[in-house]
Amino acid sequence: MKRKSHYPYWFMLPAISVFFVLFIVPTLASLYFSLTIWDPFEARFSGFENYVQFFSEPFLVRGVVNTVGFAIVTCVLKTILGLLLAVLLTSGVWGQGLLRSIVFFPVLVSTIGVGLLFQEMMHPTQGAINVALSWIGINGPGWLTNPSLALFSVALVDVWRGVGLATLIYIAGLATISPDYYEAARIDGATRLQQFWRVTVPLVWPATTTVVMLSLISGLRLFDLVWAMTRGGPGFSSDVLASVIYKQYQSGFWGLSTAGNVILFIMIAVIIAPLTYWFNKREVES
Amino acid sequence: MTVKHTGLTALTSVLVLASGAAGAQQLSILIDNNPDTIAITEALTAAYSAKNPGVSFDIETRPGGGEGENVVKTRLATGEMGDMFSYNAGALLQALRPARTLEPINDIPNFGAIFDSYISTVSDPDGNVYGVPHKAAMGGGILYHVPTYERLGLEIPLTWEAFMENNAVIAADGQVAPIAQTYRNPWTSQLFILADYYNVQMQEPDFADRYTANEAKYATTPAAMRGFELLQQAYEAGYFNADFGAATYNDGLRMVALGEAAHYPMLTFAIAAIQQNHPDEQDDVGFFAQPGDSADANGLTVWMPNGYFISKDSAHIDIAKDFVNFIATPEACDVITESVGAGGPYLIEGCTLPDDVPTAVAGMLPYFEQAGRTAPALEFLSPIKGPALEQLTVEVGSGIRDAQSAAALYDGDVAKQARQLGLPNW
Repeated sequence: MKRKSHYPYWFMLPAISVFFVLFIVPTLASLYFSLTIWDPFEARFSGFENYVQFFSEPFLVRGVVNTVGFAIVTCVLKTILGLLLAVLLTSGVWGQGLLRSIVFFPVLVSTIGVGLLFQEMMHPTQGAINVALSWIGINGPGWLTNPSLALFSVALVDVWRGVGLATLIYIAGLATISPDYYEAARIDGATRLQQFWRVTVPLVWPATTTVVMLSLISGLRLFDLVWAMTRGGPGFSSDVLASVIYKQYQSGFWGLSTAGNVILFIMIAVIIAPLTYWFNKREVES
Repeated sequence: MTVKHTGLTALTSVLVLASGAAGAQQLSILIDNNPDTIAITEALTAAYSAKNPGVSFDIETRPGGGEGENVVKTRLATGEMGDMFSYNAGALLQALRPARTLEPINDIPNFGAIFDSYISTVSDPDGNVYGVPHKAAMGGGILYHVPTYERLGLEIPLTWEAFMENNAVIAADGQVAPIAQTYRNPWTSQLFILADYYNVQMQEPDFADRYTANEAKYATTPAAMRGFELLQQAYEAGYFNADFGAATYNDGLRMVALGEAAHYPMLTFAIAAIQQNHPDEQDDVGFFAQPGDSADANGLTVWMPNGYFISKDSAHIDIAKDFVNFIATPEACDVITESVGAGGPYLIEGCTLPDDVPTAVAGMLPYFEQAGRTAPALEFLSPIKGPALEQLTVEVGSGIRDAQSAAALYDGDVAKQARQLGLPNW
């Protein structure tokens, strides 16, 4: 038995043409250009040379490790802090409305602005952070100039900037949990901690899925904050995949940077697709 | 509606009036946003318009660095460049495919007044020449704080060894940092390597050709490797300012002008910025070439200044050529000196400098006055310059990587660029 659509197919035409022109055509074009040596004047077909070159980039491995590490660290921190803040901010704490606004506020500020501001605050000798630390006798580190610390400092700033969004999603998720569950748990003698683990965490799972996905994707494709704060430096120590790609573009190696973008696209797809599948499965089961 | 209409009519009549002036022509010119370039271009175009009342200019600025290079390339490739633009000589110019996008200027009357040393950096293999310099020649070397040198009784070093001895004295004195480094602007970290090219050329006269032909490498040519080693030595001796990783180019200028640091390796275009930022201290800053290993072979690595180039798509090629012809005159040099001060020797026959040049400029002039004491920087002798050099030099200067491995990685970076440029032999 074939179900007939209520509407004629040509109703889809506007949406499909927009999707085709703005998404399908550029994607196919970038696949082609990633196989060429491309500058503003011409594109010479060069087979897989760009991919070979990109994978032999000495700092690519570093960039990939940094990217994945950054995504995992910021995702875990945003999820945990977001949930805890959301629980706090729905508990009827004093000044709840104001606190919610304060937590969400960094989300509204321009990333570049945040990056430049923290770059000043993290200056090793004149920055606000180290000056404040020196008052209590601590000699603060070079947050952005110490190669083993630079990316971690950027990650902290990214968490500060992004945790507001995670909190907001969790607050919405918590609002959907019926108070009946908590009441039933209390009657059964569950402690506050048990209520949190047995009621809140499982029932807020759809929100967790959203928060993990969003923060993982934003971590994997992060560029603006790193570029504003360290430009991938000192040297190459805080390079992520997106900043490696941007530097190829800046040097005029357009084909090479397009190949890098194709690789980034594949990498995100390979990480996110199975994760989405797993989350959705758990959601259905629970 | 009525208001809008009136406005439009008023605008139209202004335009009609303007174009009504006898043969009025407006030329567009795209320049980088460096304050000096803007001041010079404004002064030169005003001087030209004063002599040719029918010609006016529309000056547009673009960012510097890689971002600006992409703007220029894209506009040339799409035919939207307008009439003229300011751009680098040497390797960067070659990447614009000048034979395809630019108008040769070999036929301007003052062509013979442009120095051969500049011509060779703005021409293609067929002998077509494309640009006229609108700034003075620059040197790459070391700016130093004169009062500190006088207080400690130091002399200008002619060898690297003597330079390091001076640094040891300054460090022992303990009042100022011996060497300023400013890695928040990574490009400033390359100077010890780039400004060492005079010394490379003294020992390996054919390095540039063999390097372009994929025969000579940094990592396997001791004379070329030397620059990386010097940077490593200076870092290991602990001679840098404490906040070298977070300091900026402007911090470096301040340090050497106010005597917070004794040396700052830099190009001499910084002299103009020091005059602007620290006018009272400008005569406290001197300049010497980066010393090599032999006092008998002491000389300066020279950077060729930016020039004006004419787009092939310009609708006013004859006027544009007449304008660049004017730039190649002593009169234009005087206009430049008047607008931004004397920054170094000009590359136009007959141009002179005033008697009272800043101390640092006076320090660079003797190298130009003796034959064989200058050599162009490598980027003016070869079309290849790897884009990752500044990150590698930050790593060497911060102790993250040693000289040998940085030089080897740089050779790989250079190979990548040569392949992307499609050079033979790579």
